[in-house]
Amino acid sequence: MDTLTKTVGENEEISKKNISGSEAIIRSLLAEDVGTVFGYPGGAIMPTYDALYHFQKELKHVMTRHEQGAIHAAQGMARVTGKPGVVFATSGPGATNLITGLADAKIDSTPLVCITGQVASPLLGTDAFQETDIMSISMPVTKWNIQVTKAEDIPGAIAKAFYIATSGRPGPVLIDITKDAQVASFDFTYKHCTGFRSYVPNPAIDYDEIEKAAALINQAKKPYILFGQGVILANAEDEFKEFVEKTGIPAAWTLLGLSALPTDHPLNVGMLGMHGNYGPNVLTNECDVLIAIGMRFDDRVTGDLNRYAKQAKVIHLEIDPAEIDKNVKSDIALLGHAKDLLQVLNTMCKENKHEAWRKKFDEYKAIEFEKVIEKELNPTKPGLTMGEVVRRVNDLTDSEAVIVTDVGQHQMVACRYATFKKSKSNVTSGGLGTMGFCLPAALGAKLGAPEREVIAIIGDGGFQMTIQELGTISQTEAAVKIIILNNQFLGMVRQWQQLFFDKRYSSTELTNPDFVAISKGFGVEASTVSDRSKLDEALKTMMDYEGSYLLEVMIEKEDNVFPMVPTGASVEDIRLE
Amino acid sequence: MKQSYTIVVFTENKIGLLNRISAQFTQRHINIESLTTSESEYPGIHRFTIVIEDTEEKTRKVVKQIEKQVEVLKAYCFTDAETIHSEIALYKIKREDDLDLEKLHKVVRDNNAFVKEMLNGFIIIEKTGTKEETHKLFDELYPFGLHGFVRSGRVSLSNQMSTFKSYLEALETHSKEIITDNF
Repeated sequence: MDTLTKTVGENEEISKKNISGSEAIIRSLLAEDVGTVFGYPGGAIMPTYDALYHFQKELKHVMTRHEQGAIHAAQGMARVTGKPGVVFATSGPGATNLITGLADAKIDSTPLVCITGQVASPLLGTDAFQETDIMSISMPVTKWNIQVTKAEDIPGAIAKAFYIATSGRPGPVLIDITKDAQVASFDFTYKHCTGFRSYVPNPAIDYDEIEKAAALINQAKKPYILFGQGVILANAEDEFKEFVEKTGIPAAWTLLGLSALPTDHPLNVGMLGMHGNYGPNVLTNECDVLIAIGMRFDDRVTGDLNRYAKQAKVIHLEIDPAEIDKNVKSDIALLGHAKDLLQVLNTMCKENKHEAWRKKFDEYKAIEFEKVIEKELNPTKPGLTMGEVVRRVNDLTDSEAVIVTDVGQHQMVACRYATFKKSKSNVTSGGLGTMGFCLPAALGAKLGAPEREVIAIIGDGGFQMTIQELGTISQTEAAVKIIILNNQFLGMVRQWQQLFFDKRYSSTELTNPDFVAISKGFGVEASTVSDRSKLDEALKTMMDYEGSYLLEVMIEKEDNVFPMVPTGASVEDIRLE
Repeated sequence: MKQSYTIVVFTENKIGLLNRISAQFTQRHINIESLTTSESEYPGIHRFTIVIEDTEEKTRKVVKQIEKQVEVLKAYCFTDAETIHSEIALYKIKREDDLDLEKLHKVVRDNNAFVKEMLNGFIIIEKTGTKEETHKLFDELYPFGLHGFVRSGRVSLSNQMSTFKSYLEALETHSKEIITDNF
């Protein structure tokens, strides 16, 4: 055995004479401390799979049933571990099947390193078998991409890829490696990348601006914090909590910011946006200072920008300069890593309580509880609601589980009602809204955090988009718990059709297969439940089961998710029914 | 209000960057009026000169998005008033028997253009200037029987002292170039 199974230190250099490009790929990944790769073999990546064969102990490969499954699984792993997910795919269709995952990871700032095989370099541009211009295709959905045609360029490209994927605002990168580069031999040397001149991942901190921000925060009467995934990506949860507690400012989260601050924290006032909580939306238009931390004012958060927080002074803490003033004009922009910025800000901000202001959130919460939450969590009608299932799952897991969701009604309900104690516990497709994300992402999350309970909550529509990954779950024996919230509709689209298209249910009703039989066919134990009296027992059976398990829960067919800020409306016009 | 902006981008000399930069305009539905790229006065660094017509806000945002791209060193934007800009145009006139050469030469002189080549069948005229100037010459040469016309994209320099040189020096001092960036 050689020394390559351990990671190389920042300035250490490792080398091995006369090895193939493929072996160099594997050794480079090991040098970057990669433990798991998700992927799917095929012609142009075969030399790399052959090299992988010799490193089975050091580098685990998970063969999914589709490249989209591989990339979502890598995303799931990255989200719970904070480390980049790694994907292999072959050229042509293998590579194009990664595109949805790349776009998802780009918009949700998830670090990924994808390695695709490419036809041999003399064949480039000849429309060879399984040749596709993946460089051009992946360009707008990657943070960076590169084509490598020479074996000796492989380690440098991989080192740079890992550096770019994980630094600054993280994102996906793609390395396209021609087959001849994988086959050719060279003398391998690996050195980590720690910077290059045309990339400034962490903008310099401007202390004067932080001071101005602190002064504004200190004199604010009704300050309000909005936090996003930037807090989690910067590992700034502790600094953030300190900031919130010291200043006594109520804080609301974006979909991806969820779990950065424990849900039961007294200053955690809830969810922002289209299906967020009542107070957090309405009071956006009453606060005097709005402090946005690691979030990008997505349109699903802001609603109509012309009627969004116009009365407030806006302080924006953000690592990506292009996000400053993109959607909401800031009065003070603090560029930098959230952790660094908050550390400084914490020393400058005064202790405060803001009790009267915080009470306002309680008042709105009481209204929302009566009109929406109570009905969702303790329904009096016979049909099961999504909310009661989610809440029971939380009770059974003591809010310790990782919850992975797909896209649609169940996602909004899960994020609204799930409770979390730990960060990196909420995995969902936010910006891109990718149906089919959940099942493979849950697999990746489980493999990334095997000691944690991972629960996939999926709608019956999205489940069928990547249903084949049940095979991967079965083969890897990853103990993912899968809950299908089955309302036999594409629920969110149906809700919009009901509210905005006069109930014309165009192509949203599903005739579903027997999910239990399918799951069992894949070797994943399964059952179904539709009765409230049996829900608890069914959930317990699932949780107690040793391996992976699928529970189909039959849900009231035409429930809607409220509150709701209709498209084009202001956050203050949020509807409760 | 929409107006003409010149966006100047300094980048590493890498395959695909043109694609990545132009994609920023495509995504935002901005039409590129002209685009010129070539090696800059700094070794290994390319300079893009891109002209668009749009609002100040949209232009500023797209410039930020361009600058965000890995391997882009810096992006600037200027109004026409803030730059000295030019483009080059070539005109091809057929040498017919009845061509009034004297009159043609006068038009060329009056427009500060020059005859670049006298070929057997054609005369090639070259003119450097603003788009309005090259267009004016186009109109004046048209009656002589214009058989070919080509205009380059804009090249421009700002009418202020360039800050790029000092920016680049700062980058090079601060960045640790650990890996050899030779691919």
